[in-house]
Amino acid sequence: MSNETDPGLGGGHNSRAMTEADLKHAYYQMVLIRRFEERSGQLYGMGLIGGFCHLYIGQEAVVVGIQMELKQGDKIITSYRDHGQMLAAGMDPRGVMAELTGREGGYSHGKGGSMHMFSSEKHFYGGHGIVGAQVSLGIGLAFANKYRGTDEVSVTYYGEGASNQGQVYESFNLAALHRLPCLFVLENNRYGMGTSVERASASKALWRNGEPWGIPGMYVDGMDVQAVRAAAAEAVAHCRAGKGPVLLEVDTYRYRGHSMSDPAKYRQRSEVDEIRKNQDPIDRVRRELLAMGVEENELKAMDEQVKAVVTDAASFAQTSPEPDPSELWTDILVES
Amino acid sequence: MATEILMPALSPTMKEGKVARWLRKPGDAITAGDVIAEIETDKATMEVEAVDEGTLGQILVPEGTENVAVNTPIAVLLAEGEDSSAMPAAAPTAAAEPAVAQPSCGPVAAPPGAAPVAPQPEKDWGETQEITVREALRDAMAAELARDEDVFLIGEEVAQYQGAYKVSQGLLDQFGEKRVIDTPITEQGFTGMAIGAALTGLRPIVEFMTMNFAMQAIDQIINSAAKTRYMSGGQMSCPIVFRGPNGAAARVGAQHSQCYASWYGHVPGLKVVAPWSAADAKGLLRAAIRDPNPVVFLENEILYGQRFPCPVDEDFILPIGKAKVEREGRDVTIVTFSIMVGVALEAAAKLAEQGIEAEVINLRTIRPLDTQTVVDSVKKTSRLVTVEEGWPFAGIGAEVAMQVIEHAFDYLDAPPVRVAGADVPMPFAANLEKLALPNTDWIINAVRQVV
Repeated sequence: MSNETDPGLGGGHNSRAMTEADLKHAYYQMVLIRRFEERSGQLYGMGLIGGFCHLYIGQEAVVVGIQMELKQGDKIITSYRDHGQMLAAGMDPRGVMAELTGREGGYSHGKGGSMHMFSSEKHFYGGHGIVGAQVSLGIGLAFANKYRGTDEVSVTYYGEGASNQGQVYESFNLAALHRLPCLFVLENNRYGMGTSVERASASKALWRNGEPWGIPGMYVDGMDVQAVRAAAAEAVAHCRAGKGPVLLEVDTYRYRGHSMSDPAKYRQRSEVDEIRKNQDPIDRVRRELLAMGVEENELKAMDEQVKAVVTDAASFAQTSPEPDPSELWTDILVES
Repeated sequence: MATEILMPALSPTMKEGKVARWLRKPGDAITAGDVIAEIETDKATMEVEAVDEGTLGQILVPEGTENVAVNTPIAVLLAEGEDSSAMPAAAPTAAAEPAVAQPSCGPVAAPPGAAPVAPQPEKDWGETQEITVREALRDAMAAELARDEDVFLIGEEVAQYQGAYKVSQGLLDQFGEKRVIDTPITEQGFTGMAIGAALTGLRPIVEFMTMNFAMQAIDQIINSAAKTRYMSGGQMSCPIVFRGPNGAAARVGAQHSQCYASWYGHVPGLKVVAPWSAADAKGLLRAAIRDPNPVVFLENEILYGQRFPCPVDEDFILPIGKAKVEREGRDVTIVTFSIMVGVALEAAAKLAEQGIEAEVINLRTIRPLDTQTVVDSVKKTSRLVTVEEGWPFAGIGAEVAMQVIEHAFDYLDAPPVRVAGADVPMPFAANLEKLALPNTDWIINAVRQVV
């Protein structure tokens, strides 16, 4: 929406290059995230999930497209709108949903919740509830990659709301100074809580916000998973080659409220409906797959598979016991 | 099988709400994710999305209905081939009743390790040499940088400038710029960066030019470093040291003169160390760097140049969490830390001339507090005076006194007395600054109140 001039590192990131197999994978992942989030919303409504719960519905193509360009060992960190990132990173839907319900079987044994979840195994570093804090931490993950001499990349997700935090720019400066292999993914879903990006940012082209530090900026349609992946390919290659950080702004949209309790007064229903109807990232992939000749039945089979996975996760999240009271006192310090 | 669609809650506290609008009608085909209704409370509205696919059967609660209790069935969703007479075979899953912790007057359950443990005598490290606190800190970092490739030092002016207070002198030459890293003036950024690196297993030493500047980064220290282990269910830890001069220096005014012992001491997930002597500085900094947890290491600028005997043994290290009895005495226990240890020892020497034998305890570690050493001493002396440079309200003295009250109340022959810095922002004028900081006379007067 906000590209004032032609963006791009090499200009080729809108190419449509996904194979049928890749596109099916993307479809499955995106449907998984959407169904998972809908179910989370339902469990929240039933009182089984408490506190804050920020859903990723509408933004699925962003994390799925980027994840397809990552390899084992690449590190990921994000904000509190984190369920999509976790599922895309390969974390177990059961463990994620059981953390949402605050149960023993959750990734943090119920001690983290929706906003604070981690997986050492999948190199997922949270899940952070302080807006913008994950950006400084994210360059630290990239710093560690460089310090150890690996070619691993760190993907640091944040929203256009966080992009007004001072530490984001401190992090740009440090990442550029040290040429850190950090891909900043600015998920512009157009609203920081109820404040539209136009009312919050004087900058009209957020992808250019790293320019003072020489950080290459890219801009991509986040409702198009193929475009996101192509942009990620270019950006990740840049980071992996030791050329320093990249800022990738992804234009996306959140269908649901900021969290579960949202007055929905700051935008018109017609705006949401219009995007949901005409720009939905899953519908788009579906159309593309059908155009490739994939049978409707095959997609339906995937839908059923996802449904089974999500139903199983929801059931696990409700039957897993609450954490033992002794958990209150564990994991505060490493006992030496 | 038909499923009931239940009245959702917008928040855990919502008990009832209004079914504002039905967006789909009976007979409509529904796919998962379709918005089928809107509900409202006085605070917010929410869309009800279908989770399953099917056909909307009967609407049980018409739109406009107020005061619909959460979890009331509001419609029926029919599976393929069912008609509207189908009803769910099983009752909907009831919302789980969260287990409510029983309120209790006493400690519900003591955290592991919080109970006083039996003290062990401090190891004799043999031969010593007089060195400054500055040299001790530098030597500790050099030893640990040499010992472990994952350790690095990062901060403002730590490398080429050789340290704003020369604590890191020579380390750049010895270990190179990969391990000794200058940063721009960007505390929140470099602290977050170091914490991120620590979460992957590296062991950063973050030097703050003064701990006052760490307030720019205190969110990262507390929310990211201290809490991640707990929030990750023990998957991740954060082995990092945050160090720098703390408390008042001399004539630098309010924004550069503040003690953070109480601030960081408040936080579970942190260890907080406050050395006094060169031996404290060296032995405890080595332990802090090796510790698998985040450690806030509070130094003191005025002590940097002071000389103390320090063991020369290459393996010298001190345990975190262990106080030291610097002077034994039978009449009163003085509990203190950092620069005030020296002041308390001076006061004790003067008191001895007056026939009062004070026991002086150097806490060395603020968190976890060595309650046992303090309690053992008070059981002997029956009197407690705490001394700190920081402000009195909710200070370390308040905590130490409370620990003594909890664990040795019956042994006390007088109410504990706190000596602390004046409860004012630090003034600049020399005479006023002097009036704001505890001295030997304050301590002697406090002791005289209880003995």
